[in-house]
Amino acid sequence: MTTMADTLGPPRASVGMLGWLRKNLFSTWYNSVLTIVSLWLIYTVVGQLLVWAFTTARWEVITANLRLFMVGPFPPEQVWRVWFVLCIVSVMMGLSAGVFGGTMRTFAVWLAASYATLIVLDLIAEQGRPFADFSRRVAEGGAGQFWVALPGVVWLAANLALLALSWISGRGRAKWRARIIFAWLGSFFVTVALLQGYGRGTWLPEIGTNLWGGLLLTFMLSVVSIVVSFPLGVLLALGRRSQLPAIKIFSVLYIELVRGVPLVTILYMTQIMLPLFLPGQLRIDNVTRAMAGMTLFTAAYMAENVRGGLQAIPTGQIEAAHAVGLNDALTTLLIVLPQALRMVIPATVGLFISLFKDTTLAVIVALLELLGVGRSVLAQSEFLGLQMEVYIFIAAIFFVFSYAMSFASYRVEEALGVGKR
Amino acid sequence: MRLDDYTTARLRDYISKGADLQQQSMAQRTSVPFWRDVRVLTVLSQIVFVIVLALVAGFFYTNLTSAMRQRGLVAGFDFLQRESGFEIGEGLIPYRPSDLYGHAFVVGVLNTLLVSVVGIFFATILGVLTGVARLSSNWLINRIAATYIEIIRNTPLLVQLVFIYFGVFVKLPPIRDTLEWGGAFFANQRGVFLPRPLPAPTFDAWTSFVLFAALGAFALWLFLSRHPKYRYTFYPITIPLAWLVGFPLVGWFLVGQTPVTFEIPERGRFNFSGGIALSPEFSALLTGLVVYTAAFIAEVVRGGLQAVRRGQIEAARAIGLSEAQILYLVVFPQAMRVIVPPLTSQYLNLAKNSSLAIAIGYPDLFNVGATIANQTGQPVPVIMLIMATYLAMSLTTSVLMNIYNARIQVLEK
Repeated sequence: MTTMADTLGPPRASVGMLGWLRKNLFSTWYNSVLTIVSLWLIYTVVGQLLVWAFTTARWEVITANLRLFMVGPFPPEQVWRVWFVLCIVSVMMGLSAGVFGGTMRTFAVWLAASYATLIVLDLIAEQGRPFADFSRRVAEGGAGQFWVALPGVVWLAANLALLALSWISGRGRAKWRARIIFAWLGSFFVTVALLQGYGRGTWLPEIGTNLWGGLLLTFMLSVVSIVVSFPLGVLLALGRRSQLPAIKIFSVLYIELVRGVPLVTILYMTQIMLPLFLPGQLRIDNVTRAMAGMTLFTAAYMAENVRGGLQAIPTGQIEAAHAVGLNDALTTLLIVLPQALRMVIPATVGLFISLFKDTTLAVIVALLELLGVGRSVLAQSEFLGLQMEVYIFIAAIFFVFSYAMSFASYRVEEALGVGKR
Repeated sequence: MRLDDYTTARLRDYISKGADLQQQSMAQRTSVPFWRDVRVLTVLSQIVFVIVLALVAGFFYTNLTSAMRQRGLVAGFDFLQRESGFEIGEGLIPYRPSDLYGHAFVVGVLNTLLVSVVGIFFATILGVLTGVARLSSNWLINRIAATYIEIIRNTPLLVQLVFIYFGVFVKLPPIRDTLEWGGAFFANQRGVFLPRPLPAPTFDAWTSFVLFAALGAFALWLFLSRHPKYRYTFYPITIPLAWLVGFPLVGWFLVGQTPVTFEIPERGRFNFSGGIALSPEFSALLTGLVVYTAAFIAEVVRGGLQAVRRGQIEAARAIGLSEAQILYLVVFPQAMRVIVPPLTSQYLNLAKNSSLAIAIGYPDLFNVGATIANQTGQPVPVIMLIMATYLAMSLTTSVLMNIYNARIQVLEK
């Protein structure tokens, strides 16, 4: 008879931490060699990097120029608009987290955590100086100075509060799903209008896009390009599958031409040739031209993404739509596109990530986006030679956003079940 | 009129117009008004599309010509025949500022080709290694590869390039503190210096050995890869390879004097002379492109290897193939089919990304082109020339890769 005592446990060396080490790091002799070599490598590289980061590196180049990095040459007295836009984003994130849950909740948690961290860091670093500054300026300049002088830490706290409030109010309201998607689109237009302003001497004076800069410009470039290129891409994709030769040839030529050349050449073209192509009295500033270039470029890639989605729709769907009496236009609009666009969400996020990274190319046509600001900061005499610090900071910002987006895209892909069938 | 008189296609057309069959048969007699006739509409809509396109193009063209007239510019490519008058840092062919613009452009094209070809070569090696490391059972290696891939893929190439150039290569020590490896490899502010292989007098004799070895190896491969007994073993690879390496090696000692000598870069007062000198711009661009593209290639390779179903490997194991045989005979051929198409687009991306050279001052096609456009004030023809060159490069690469791809795909019956 077998009792518990008779059965031997697994060998000591195959369980627990020792077992894990054996299995994952020292399974064969060459694996052991590899492990030791890479341990040494990590020790030297990461060790040196950490020593540099905490002793030699002069991070004050970042803290001293933080506003430049965030908004570039945006007029300081109008920075409240950017803060306000951030508030809109916080509200939307909170609502989405409450209504959709899932990945949006993870994002909202991270956003809240970053707000909290920044508030704490700000309070420690500034020791209440902004508050004294604020009360002095309001006392001198009157109530008009209120929004201008409001310390960043207050804005951050407001964002945190708005995020929490909207999260709570959005919880369990599944009916709001469609509305929230439209609200995101609407907040895009509100953002553009708010940043742009109108007229001179009004309550919201116009700020030309040539004054947009830093991370703000990076975001606006990529978001505007992706939003505008979306309908263009859908049209081009439909055109490529069209049975009308003229439209088909045009779409194919456009897509293949644009995909065959680097983005820099397109940016250069819109920068230098667009003014030649348009009548002399019509002037477009640098940023708008760069946006046009990026949109034209992205539309071709978007078209290829959408085409992938269109091809995945079974012909039965189209035949069934025809059978119930829908014409070609209605079939496309009501049956094909809703299914196809759902399928291309992950690919579109991927496209957005690469577009987001590609906005750095705008520095070649002399825009002050994140990398451009970095260059101008490095040209200041007191920060000469600090390339490592500046570029690592910029790379870190890009990494955080790109990684978050690819994480989201991965989760969406899983939720939609696009990858597996 | 009976139903089966209609072709299926026309039936669909009628139904799509929302009319029922009864009305249709009447419409057949009375004929559809032309503004609802599909045949008329298709032609009409295309004509309208072409007219709109032509109007837009015409609008641009008139603006362009008037803008050019205002600036006193003449259209055409005549400027290529004029003297350029600007310096180019480096090139594969000799070039002086007194040469023509056309010549300068060719220097740029060759520089782009050089950095693309060398970049593709090294990116493939690094990418395959990283992709395999990403699948390693060694946890540490696996994590290192994953970290490398994630960091590189989620940061912009341009930031990496300026980091490598301004943060590393420009900050290398001056000549008197040159970094040195094994007395043959050097790096300083002026760039990277490598030994250059030079043919000795006995080189010609040795080449005949190499030629003979290559022919012999090819013949051996042809024979063994068709031999019924050795076909599914490693012999068709290992034996020709051994011959290819071994025979020239024997020849190396037989010809007396060593056939290839290495010219070691020599340290002069102000710079190194001799050897292969790589400029900091070229080195930085190459490093950046290789490191960036390799991360993407690694993901492609990993995807391809993972796409081979486990059952395939288990089946191979069940019929007694060794692990190496499984890799070579079962996994690779199937993985390659998945890998080649995305790999092609990565190669194309690398070539197109080389245009970022302008940010660090490497004189590639785009950089030289932009200089020409600036100097001549002829942006329109220059940008057309640049785009046409990139298009030609992209199309050539994709045609070549498509031929290769067609060869390795399974023939479907």
